[in-house]
Amino acid sequence: MNEKLLSLKDEIKSRLGETKDLTDLDKIRVSYLGKKGSITALLKGMKDLPNEERKTFGAEVNKLKAQAAQLIEERLAELKEKEIQREIALMPQFDITSPVALARGSYHPITLVQRECEKVFSSMGFNIEDYSEIVTDYECFEALNIPKHHPARDMQDTYYLDNGQLLKSHTSAAQNAILKKYSKGLIENGTPIKAIFPGRCFRNEATDACHENTFFQMEGVMVDKDISISNLIYFMKTMLSEVFKKDIKVRLRPGFFPFVEPGFELDISCLICGGEGCPSCKHSGWLELCPCGMIHPNVLREGGIDPEKYTGFAFGLGLTRLAMMKYGIKDIRDLNSGSLKALSQFTDDE
Amino acid sequence: MFLSMNWIQDFVDLSGLDKIELIHKFSLSTAEVENDIFHKGSDISGIVVGEIKSVENHPDSKKLHLLKIDAGEDELIDVVCGAPNVRVGFKTAFAKVGAKIGEITIAPRPLAGFTSNGMCCSEAEIGISDDNSGIMEITDDVKNGTDLKDIYEIDDIVFEVDNKSLTNRPDLWGHYGIAREFAALAGRELKPLDLDDLKAYDGLKKIDMKIEDTLCQRYSCLQVENINRNVSPVNMRIRLFYCGMRAINYLADLTNYLMLEMGQPMHAFDSRKVEKIRIKRFDKPFTFKTLDGVERNIDENTLMICNGDTPVAIAGIMGGLDSEIVDDTTTLTLESATFNAVSVRKSTVRLAHRTDASMRYEKCLDPEMTVTAIARFVYLLKKYDSDIKVVSSLTDEYAFKYDTVILDFDKNFVDRYTGIEISNDRIVATLESLGFKVELNNDNFSVTVPSWRATKDVTIKADIIEEITRIYGYDNFEIHTTRSPLYPVRASVIKTTENKIKDMLVKRYNLHELHSYVWAYNDELKAIDIPVEDNVKLANATNPNIETLRNSIVPTQLCQVKSNLSFSNDFGIFEIGRVVNGLDENGLCIENKKLAITLYSKTRNVKDIYFELRDILAVVTDEIKHKALTFEKAEPTHSYEHPVNLYSVCLDGKNIGTIGIVHPTVSKKIDKKAAIVFAEIDVNAYANTEAAPIVYDEPSKFPPMDYDISVEVPQGMFFSHLAECWKNEGGEILKSTKIVDTYDTETVHSVTIRFEFSSNERTLSSAEVQKIMDKIISNLSENGVKLRG
Repeated sequence: MNEKLLSLKDEIKSRLGETKDLTDLDKIRVSYLGKKGSITALLKGMKDLPNEERKTFGAEVNKLKAQAAQLIEERLAELKEKEIQREIALMPQFDITSPVALARGSYHPITLVQRECEKVFSSMGFNIEDYSEIVTDYECFEALNIPKHHPARDMQDTYYLDNGQLLKSHTSAAQNAILKKYSKGLIENGTPIKAIFPGRCFRNEATDACHENTFFQMEGVMVDKDISISNLIYFMKTMLSEVFKKDIKVRLRPGFFPFVEPGFELDISCLICGGEGCPSCKHSGWLELCPCGMIHPNVLREGGIDPEKYTGFAFGLGLTRLAMMKYGIKDIRDLNSGSLKALSQFTDDE
Repeated sequence: MFLSMNWIQDFVDLSGLDKIELIHKFSLSTAEVENDIFHKGSDISGIVVGEIKSVENHPDSKKLHLLKIDAGEDELIDVVCGAPNVRVGFKTAFAKVGAKIGEITIAPRPLAGFTSNGMCCSEAEIGISDDNSGIMEITDDVKNGTDLKDIYEIDDIVFEVDNKSLTNRPDLWGHYGIAREFAALAGRELKPLDLDDLKAYDGLKKIDMKIEDTLCQRYSCLQVENINRNVSPVNMRIRLFYCGMRAINYLADLTNYLMLEMGQPMHAFDSRKVEKIRIKRFDKPFTFKTLDGVERNIDENTLMICNGDTPVAIAGIMGGLDSEIVDDTTTLTLESATFNAVSVRKSTVRLAHRTDASMRYEKCLDPEMTVTAIARFVYLLKKYDSDIKVVSSLTDEYAFKYDTVILDFDKNFVDRYTGIEISNDRIVATLESLGFKVELNNDNFSVTVPSWRATKDVTIKADIIEEITRIYGYDNFEIHTTRSPLYPVRASVIKTTENKIKDMLVKRYNLHELHSYVWAYNDELKAIDIPVEDNVKLANATNPNIETLRNSIVPTQLCQVKSNLSFSNDFGIFEIGRVVNGLDENGLCIENKKLAITLYSKTRNVKDIYFELRDILAVVTDEIKHKALTFEKAEPTHSYEHPVNLYSVCLDGKNIGTIGIVHPTVSKKIDKKAAIVFAEIDVNAYANTEAAPIVYDEPSKFPPMDYDISVEVPQGMFFSHLAECWKNEGGEILKSTKIVDTYDTETVHSVTIRFEFSSNERTLSSAEVQKIMDKIISNLSENGVKLRG
């Protein structure tokens, strides 16, 4: 290569070393390789050279051109990398341990517990029913074999309304309507009646940490040919084990409720101690959880079902009590307090 | 009710059996036993009969005496004693050195300068009564040094049964009925009661007695004379005390004892005060002094026992003060009766006075029991006081007799109900052990219910199932699932809609679900200037702050907002709950299920949260129903509604709710500087509106064309009015419109609207789009909407 070309190459090298950014680099590229660039000019000026010289010179200029292009390419990569490094250096360090701003809503704990129970029963083929809060004397008492003078009808226990209706004092008040709704299917198609009905109940009593005048229960009924006490125990045990997500022992004791015969109080093995005895089960190992029983023949009859042909069981689960047990809520009044401090803590819990 | 194991064992031999285990079994098969079981006397030992041989006054103390006690040992024991009733020859309970009373072990100890080598005990100290007035007195015939436990039933197991679990079992309100259960559970015999033979008095005069009211079912009475005993036998007093009753005097104790034994309340009158027994009600109210000295108001529904026309006792509840046994009573008239249970309960409620007797009568006692109770009473009376004399024949009027209950069923019925195999033999044995008479023919049972179970408790076949299964033991049941056929279960649309709404409100919009009461709280509403609107009322509310049912959840939520101001500067709450909107044509409540949402903000303006609430409703509806809501201007009907921006929310053109801003009067009461908006939606109407199906809109393969115009919107013109201008112009190819920019000055509201055109069949020409746009622009200008230059 002749000296002129060599010094041109050195010049390119040194000028490239001085470039700071892509604009500088582009200027250099143009000044050598552009249409009016000095290397391009050299190639253009070759036509004036003698033939034999032109051939060697041409080859050298082309070589220089390729070298120059490569040098520019290399410098371009360097500068790009520098640019990235600078950008990286500019990124501030964030404090990932800074407090989380939790913007989220909340479910009422009853909703959560109710959904859990509904899921269990749906999985076992139960219908989930909806029912009104205001019912008639017939629905709440008469249809349930609660005679006119039964203490449960006393004014002090039930909220009566000035139109003669009442606020339902138990979810069993929906039993008659549910039986009637499904009795046709039972009798004509043999479809067993399987239904639960969660709902609010009302008792006319003074409130304290353990008593509320407004609370939730969940009633369940199953009616078919040959439904037995053995089935009842099986269902209660299975259902409660699902609800509490562990194997629950149940035991039945006789209990008196006019709408079932036989009627039972169902106890479950204490959830805290598992039956060993602890303060929360008063050292008995058992917790009284829900009344249940075989549906009284008069109740079936009122629902349009022949008790000689069909039998069934019913139970009433205290959803409010369940929610309190599950979340360790000590004061029942917290649930209806409307206090966001208390109630905004409950998120999806499935 | 407290029960004594000793007493129960008077009637059934339970020797060799674990009593605690039996009580546990009783709790699982009969009635709920409270957790605490009391081992009476277990903390007492070494107490013997001691006789006071000499009494000397203490030289320095007026109260103390120096005694020498004969405790059956070779030497007399020196004891210092502070009791007032010491005298020579007095036999008492003496705790020797080494004796144990509770935590204390008796040891020689110095007392006021002398050494006391033991302690004379009061009944209260031994735990057999609450008498602490002096040391216990023991009859002379007991040998000194005898361990007290050898002569008195101090050791006992006492347990408590929850009265509520006995409501349907009138037969279990006395030890004899309880003993029958234990006999059945243990497989032992129930012993018959020892009774006096009342026939022996048949020749004596009748008592003048007449039932004049159907509320009295049976009245039995007998006159007795020459009762000299005043204090009850110790064992009787111990049993009464262990069962929660105080000993009073022999006669009163015996009536109580009998009630606790047989469940039959009895009453003893001074015969001079009841020469002419009449059982009746009075036409007019009056006052009556019961034997506890309380003047009580008696009304015309209360059944009274009378001497002629003079009331002497409230039937089934309590005797009168004037007819009580007094010191100079020589002849007494024993009453043993049954009364209408409902009437007794109602009288009890009216008088606000529940007694041990009324508690039993409320349960429908067996009228067959009255005469047996008298026979038992006289037997016991004679046992402890052989001088007594019966001076009348049994006078008994049996006005109301329960029908004998006979139940027929077959083995298949039992199998079907229980779901397990219980043999015929076992069924028969169980029922017979409980007093039922059973006839078995092949697999057919005919069961006669004993009178004490037939007053209301066992009346149908299903009741028999309970008897068989509870004694069989539910713990012994083999459990299995049903053989019912399977059918699909469809979730109710209301339930699924509610769940979707809740999920969206909580998870997408960060709202909080709260619950509230179905009635209005007067004071809380008054505090935020919301009057309680007239509606159905509670007939018997005891809290004066609640009386009217709510017709909307919104006022409740506004109260909740106020009580949560300190929670956060911005929050939203919702509830799905019930309201009542008056009565229907049949006079029944119109109950509606509502979704209410209230948003509160101190940091955002009212317009922002108003639109947030509108968007919540619209997005939820788009999600659940795939439909768009529409809004119609509404007039305020409640005082909390701001008249401006109040709209009816419509779905499929049907009004399903309201959205609005809280009226400034109310809003200021809650928070002067915050914005509050609300919405209330009828959940059933919403849920029952059919959801639109999802229709797939295939994306066009041809390029779309957007056309933007900027217009100045005149004051008061809504977007829905603008939309009228292109509603019928776009044809197939106008796919959508949206506002891409807004620009507001004080006087002018301008928006940039983007019209999106596309076709699935072809590439659109600018000419055809321009043609449509020209028409739209001309429509707009006809409506006073100018294009912005």
